[in-house]
Amino acid sequence: MLHGFDILSLLIWLPVGGGVAVLAIGDTRARLARWVALLVALATFVLCVPLWLEFDTTTAAFQYLERLSWINQLHADYYLGVDGISLPLIVLTAFMTVPVIIAGWSVVEKRPAQYYAAFLILEGLMIGVFSALDALLFYFFWEAMLIPMFLIIGIWGGPRRVYATLKFFLYTFLGSVLMLVALIFLYLKAGDYTIAGFQSLPLTLAEQRWIFLAFLVAFAVKVPMWPVHTWLPDAHVEAPTGGSVILAAIMLKMGGYGLLRFSLPITPDASRELDWLVIGLSLIAVVYIGFVALMQSDMKKLIAYSSVAHMGFVTLGAFLAFDIQGSTGALRGAINGLDGAMVQMISHGLISGALFLCIGVMYDRLHSREISAYGGVINVMPKFGAFMVLFALANSGLPGTSGFVGEFLVILAAFKANVWFAFLAATTLILGAAYTLWLVKRVIFGPIANDHVAAMQDLNGREFLVLAMLAVAVLALGLWPAPLVRTMEATVQHLLQQLAVSKIPVA
Amino acid sequence: MNANLLLAIPMLPLAAAIIAGLGGRVLGRAVSAGLAIAAVAASCLLSMQVLNQLLHGTANYNASVYTWLLSDGVNMQVGFLIDRLSALMMVVVTFVSLCVHVYTVGYMHDDAGFQRFFAYIALFTFAMLMLVMSNNFLQLFFGWEAVGVVSYLLIGFWYTRPSAIFANLKAFLVNRVGDFGFLLGIAGVLYYTGSLDYQVAFNWAPAIAKQTLHVAGTAAGWPAMTVICICLFVGAMGKSAQVPLHVWLPDSMEGPTPISALIHAATMVTAGIFMVARMSPLFEQSETALSFVLVIGATTALFMGFLGIVNNDIKRVVAYSTLSQLGYMTVALGVSAYSVAIFHLMTHAFFKALLFLAAGAVIIAMHHEQDMRKMGGLRVRMPVTYWTSLIGALALIGTPFFSGFYSKDALIEAVHASHRWGAGYAYVCVTAGVFVTAFYTFRMIFMTFHGPSRLDHHAEEHFHDVGWDMKGPLVALAIPSLLIGYFTIQPVLFGGYFGDAIRVLESNDVVAEIGREFHGAAVFALHAVLSLPLWLAAAGVYCAWHFVLRRPDQATAIQARFNWLYRLLVNKYYFDWFNENVLARAARGLGLALWRGGDQAVIDGVLVDGSAGAVGWIAGRVRRIQNGFLYSYAFWMIVSLVLILGWFLVRV
Repeated sequence: MLHGFDILSLLIWLPVGGGVAVLAIGDTRARLARWVALLVALATFVLCVPLWLEFDTTTAAFQYLERLSWINQLHADYYLGVDGISLPLIVLTAFMTVPVIIAGWSVVEKRPAQYYAAFLILEGLMIGVFSALDALLFYFFWEAMLIPMFLIIGIWGGPRRVYATLKFFLYTFLGSVLMLVALIFLYLKAGDYTIAGFQSLPLTLAEQRWIFLAFLVAFAVKVPMWPVHTWLPDAHVEAPTGGSVILAAIMLKMGGYGLLRFSLPITPDASRELDWLVIGLSLIAVVYIGFVALMQSDMKKLIAYSSVAHMGFVTLGAFLAFDIQGSTGALRGAINGLDGAMVQMISHGLISGALFLCIGVMYDRLHSREISAYGGVINVMPKFGAFMVLFALANSGLPGTSGFVGEFLVILAAFKANVWFAFLAATTLILGAAYTLWLVKRVIFGPIANDHVAAMQDLNGREFLVLAMLAVAVLALGLWPAPLVRTMEATVQHLLQQLAVSKIPVA
Repeated sequence: MNANLLLAIPMLPLAAAIIAGLGGRVLGRAVSAGLAIAAVAASCLLSMQVLNQLLHGTANYNASVYTWLLSDGVNMQVGFLIDRLSALMMVVVTFVSLCVHVYTVGYMHDDAGFQRFFAYIALFTFAMLMLVMSNNFLQLFFGWEAVGVVSYLLIGFWYTRPSAIFANLKAFLVNRVGDFGFLLGIAGVLYYTGSLDYQVAFNWAPAIAKQTLHVAGTAAGWPAMTVICICLFVGAMGKSAQVPLHVWLPDSMEGPTPISALIHAATMVTAGIFMVARMSPLFEQSETALSFVLVIGATTALFMGFLGIVNNDIKRVVAYSTLSQLGYMTVALGVSAYSVAIFHLMTHAFFKALLFLAAGAVIIAMHHEQDMRKMGGLRVRMPVTYWTSLIGALALIGTPFFSGFYSKDALIEAVHASHRWGAGYAYVCVTAGVFVTAFYTFRMIFMTFHGPSRLDHHAEEHFHDVGWDMKGPLVALAIPSLLIGYFTIQPVLFGGYFGDAIRVLESNDVVAEIGREFHGAAVFALHAVLSLPLWLAAAGVYCAWHFVLRRPDQATAIQARFNWLYRLLVNKYYFDWFNENVLARAARGLGLALWRGGDQAVIDGVLVDGSAGAVGWIAGRVRRIQNGFLYSYAFWMIVSLVLILGWFLVRV
């Protein structure tokens, strides 16, 4: 509740309702549909301002609570609230939807109203995922948000969209089913579905292990972690620009959020026992995927692989606490890793979103994602070139941009856990720069490659606005990340306490 | 010291960079350039004012500007540490930058990217100032990476040239290899001290030296300080182009000449030297790391000098000279003569920037011709450039009374006095390097300015001496190149100038040792007549004269006779060949193998499509059971019943 009104419900149902309204306006009145969609997206983002400002950073407790009885028979409630981990992700969701709506403005000609409606509904459902405090409600939003995403890829996607959608669906479905089994098991033990109840529930190590693995599959697919990442490049390649942006910027964060909200606090002992698995897969993601990204000839695939490598820092940072305790005997430094994981999620949302928008700008002009189709774009599109270079440098982790903050914190924490973790993680400095700047060299710099490139027009005002919004955010977060980290501080400390305490019942 | 005044020093160039960069098209050339020059001039004056205050007893300044991030009790800040070391660097950086700004007006006047260029060099000045003014490792890394990015943008300034965009990518990636080590070193500092603040780290240094780093997988630990210092130095090897991370610097000459002078000679490439000097309290605690520094530096000093001899591109000769001189500075660091390294950094900044700008003037006069074989006899046609170049060259080879003499001779003396492991090798390298330096330097002077004119028709037709906007900075740099050594050696090296900005253990203090025999700058110079380096330098000049002007045929003969050696040098010891054909190819091969083999064949092929296939196959089999025949169902019912009952029986 914020000043007596249910702000979280509003944040969820305003875009969903707006989406339904846009649908009702219909494709024949596309102009009106666009403006309504933009207004709804803007209003949702504006609602985040008081949400952020009134948020009490001194407590780890959930805030803006709303609770209604939902399914009595299952003891499931419509129970919402946010803490320092979910708040930044909600703001990110609301923020990123705005450029997506603007970017589609004159580009999407096929069923425009439905396109905007899908994104608005998706926005509401994603905010629902981040604010649900009831596991069944969480699961409801988690599964429901897949529907608009399937439609976005399936209707506005590329030629192999059916294969991509199917792969996406199978992967996430497999993960979700296992998560549902784990949630039902927890419900049977706890008696209701509140996540906080799950977190305080004593569980034997064997129980924790199974639950941990079930959660891990579900979240690893979403992140995605190696080796369950191969759906992502295919999905990105086939998705329309806006779909790629939301997929990379927000949907991947669901996995990281799940690890922080479910895996670590609900199964701390299993996390401690099996952290090597997550750390190992994360480091493989950073190094292995770094090399794979180097060899991509499709720009979207390259950025998709880059996402996998960058999300490796999220999963790595989240699971360093146990090894830090093991090697130094104390937990000091573990928060660096958790903070790093969170900042990396926000930053990656901004940067990968921006890069997909940049690729979209080029695709709209040349209808190709192949690197070899381009060359010397900066000659004809100097403004665009400047943005692209900025975001590429941010993607390479340049200090002063948001891309640096998370990776820096995670590497600092990794050094405490094990020098070799830091060593492998830090290879991203070389690999990330190699694949990103090699892309820039081939696409942006150089002489004008062909007549098609020569005919490209520089950014129009709308495109400029979109990229400028993201550039400001990337720089602001890079130059002054303190406010974001302060917002999360109490929650992250609470999380650390949760995972430091064993949940195994004393016999 | 006034905090706002200090803040203004880096912020003025930043503001100019932003205005010229975003509004350059609207403001026009004159306003953009004027703004940048005014901002850097103001920074330069303020820096001098700061240095002046410090010289007159004002206490050091050490405070934060704002908290960048607070995580787990680690306070990561942006803040300034202004002592005599940083103040000296600030003056050098802003003064050379100012000269380069003014020079650029003439050099770039017909370039379409004029405003963009000013935005970049002003931005560079900002980043470099943040680097040297920092009081903590975080901001150091910020500045470190930021100068790297501006260098990347400037090497690729003419982005339509394939060679330029190859060079800038190469420069960035090689520097990132260095930064990889640097970041691990910073993580190590945080690990042992819990802080990124310089002062905290320095205070902890003796304690860290007693620690060992237990790396998983090895039974014995590594000395923590050695690991940290070598990691930090790997960063310096990238930025200051030490073997084997030197490969990017010669290629960086693809950028416009003013930035070769500013970034790739005078300032950015010396950031590594500055950093190690700044970290002297840490490096002093590890003999191993210092020996490592010493050997790397000595190797760079001598072997990169050789490459200058075989090059015919005027800028590349100066670039190899820069590599070699950076090696000299690194050697000084390696023998704990940090103050000598900074002293040589300062004199080198002036005379090397001068030589680069003079080379740029020649290139412009020759209408973008860089091949020295097509020059010759320019002495008469460009007198100011000739005389200033000569001053720069004499300073570089260490002629007594010139600035370079003082720093280089003190450096060689310091190496001679050192007993550290590797000092003997280093002494041979730096002494032999004197001959090599003199040889390639005067080979360049003779080929360019002396002898008969070899200008081709095109160059002859377009030849025009440069204007005073370019000659002025040459003169401005020639003055310190000539004089600064004479006037500053006593206070900087032996007068305790650096105070506690540089800390040397008493047992390592070679500078104090040579200081005991120092009796004034004039005596020092006269004394050199009796020492080996001066005669080696003279021999180098003589050889250059002999082979370039007197008997060029002999040079050709020697080249033919020792063709294998010539090929080795022309191919730059095959470093580039190795990097491109082995390392880069291996990385691409690995990427392709992991993608096609790992992702596509195993994960998608076997696991994903395979499990889909398996499901399909099983479904196909299972489907046959449901064939619609009653007897079949009855049969399977009986079989199942038997199995279930059997199972119960076994259990009971």
